[in-house]
Amino acid sequence: MAQLPSFALDFERPLLDLERKIEELKTLSGSGATDFGQEIARLEKKARRLQSEIFSDLSRWQVTQLSRHPARPYFLDYIEMLFTDFFELAGDRRFAEDASIVGGWARLDGETVLVLGHQKGRNTKENMLRNFGMPRPEGYRKALRLMRLAERFGKPILTFVDTPGAYPGIGAEERGQAEAIAVNLEAMAGLTVPVISTVIGEGGSGGALAIAVANRVLMLENSIYSVISPESCSTILYRDTSKAEKAADALRLTARDLYQMKVVDELVPEPPGGAHRNPDETAESLGRVLRKHLASLRSLAPQALVEDRYAKFRAMGVFGRR
Amino acid sequence: MAAWFSKKPRISPVEAADVEALRQQPSRMQGLWAKCDACNEIIYRQEIERNWNVCPLCGHHLPWPARVRLQTLLDPGSFEEFDTELEAQDPLGFSDSKRYKDRLRTTARALGEADAFVSGMGRLEGHPVSVGAFVFEFMGGSMGSVVGEKVTRLFERAFENRCAAVVFNASGGARMQEGIFSLMQMAKTSAALARFRSVKKPYISVLLHPTTGGVAASFAWLGDVVLAEPKALIGFAGPRVIEQTIRQKLPEGFQRSEFLLEHGMVDAIVPRRELRTRLGALLSLMG
Ligand SMILES: [Zn+2]
Repeated sequence: MAQLPSFALDFERPLLDLERKIEELKTLSGSGATDFGQEIARLEKKARRLQSEIFSDLSRWQVTQLSRHPARPYFLDYIEMLFTDFFELAGDRRFAEDASIVGGWARLDGETVLVLGHQKGRNTKENMLRNFGMPRPEGYRKALRLMRLAERFGKPILTFVDTPGAYPGIGAEERGQAEAIAVNLEAMAGLTVPVISTVIGEGGSGGALAIAVANRVLMLENSIYSVISPESCSTILYRDTSKAEKAADALRLTARDLYQMKVVDELVPEPPGGAHRNPDETAESLGRVLRKHLASLRSLAPQALVEDRYAKFRAMGVFGRR
Repeated sequence: MAAWFSKKPRISPVEAADVEALRQQPSRMQGLWAKCDACNEIIYRQEIERNWNVCPLCGHHLPWPARVRLQTLLDPGSFEEFDTELEAQDPLGFSDSKRYKDRLRTTARALGEADAFVSGMGRLEGHPVSVGAFVFEFMGGSMGSVVGEKVTRLFERAFENRCAAVVFNASGGARMQEGIFSLMQMAKTSAALARFRSVKKPYISVLLHPTTGGVAASFAWLGDVVLAEPKALIGFAGPRVIEQTIRQKLPEGFQRSEFLLEHGMVDAIVPRRELRTRLGALLSLMG
């Protein structure tokens, strides 16, 4: 159901203020003193107009902010809304459990699938556990272990991308962050089961790609996918993090951009105001697109799935000939 | 082919992605003398070049231009360059202090290279190899669509010819100016490598100073054998990014070849002067 989030981005605020006012009037109306029906109707119309004004023409930076919205549904929310019988599987069997990537068995319409995704935290405590959705090598190695498991049992893999990037830390480097990502890229290329990856929020560079070498790559409408964050890009280009807005434009990192550049296969529509304004509707929308692609991939033989994925990524890139 | 053999090797004691900066220091680049940045001694340039750009006094490994490296390590006259026609485009219309298109043009003109990777077929101690090397001077050896395509084709040629693949890596990572297309090169090259594995010929990756980011996190670290030159900086994130994240100074030697060997992340450190014989030995052992 639609909800009024407690946090608002700057550009969401005018709309939210208006919606709060409407709520107030409704409460007053409900108490029976005066009838604000007409006024409410007028304001609701105004709110709808304001919403379409704001959201019909979002800047790339605004989409970036929406993709990171603290109220945005995360991977575990989609698990709850889309799947049944989720059975989480932990650990890489090498070093540790990394809670910034979550994975396990689940059912979609009664059929077993392996689900896997980055997980951010909603508060400081959760973010300590989830490391803000930034995996260490253990996370990628757990992901690999689970994908291999799915392959052994012939089950499709659905991954959900939502990370600022792989974690840049001392331990992560010592244990081979680059190697862990690299191994996943190669391993995913050879998987003999259907793989569908959906960017549900932030697709941060190699840390995202390491679970996204898929037969189908989908993106929620207000998500981003980029080789570098606009902030880091801005630091390198303009020696200034405050030019992130400019960098976001230069990088062309929104779902719409990537769809136009044919890097992703389909956009998943979000409800008016963004996924966080109506998570159920978002999940429903995502579920429709996932089911459609899963159905078409299920008809492919194991080797055909590998070929399909190879052809997709082999064609990536834009270059000329002298 | 002959044209580049005659090209004068360059010594660059500085790592600079920015060609303008390189050109502003012609005295260090092209004079008779060069300064070793490790021991600070001034050395006759020819003497360094004769020693494969390794400082004859302290053993420091200076950058070694890609073409000179290939020319020196491969059997004489065996290298045949491929994919020279590939040319970078500007799919995003990217522009910062200057337009990406202009940056490409001036860099290409200054270096006489079309992009950041040179590749082809050759022989190494008699073994046929599909081989390539990064041109680090070209925008920090960054991987855009052209580099990704060349690396992919390198593995495809190795696959078709049933021969070994050897890559000399030196790169700052993915090329920001080509945005998402650069990122996708990581997947493309790794997928091509996955296919090459089936011929059961060795892929040897040599990590040079520096190898980081999207190149480290794809084919560079996927060698059947991964070698490193001494004291090369190798890792996923750059040291500055890590220091900013963890808000502390990194220990001496962090992310250097010796550190990686100690942590089990590379097979061996091979001094440059031993590269040819050690690579030859591996190719012979792995057949
Ligand atoms: Zn020296």
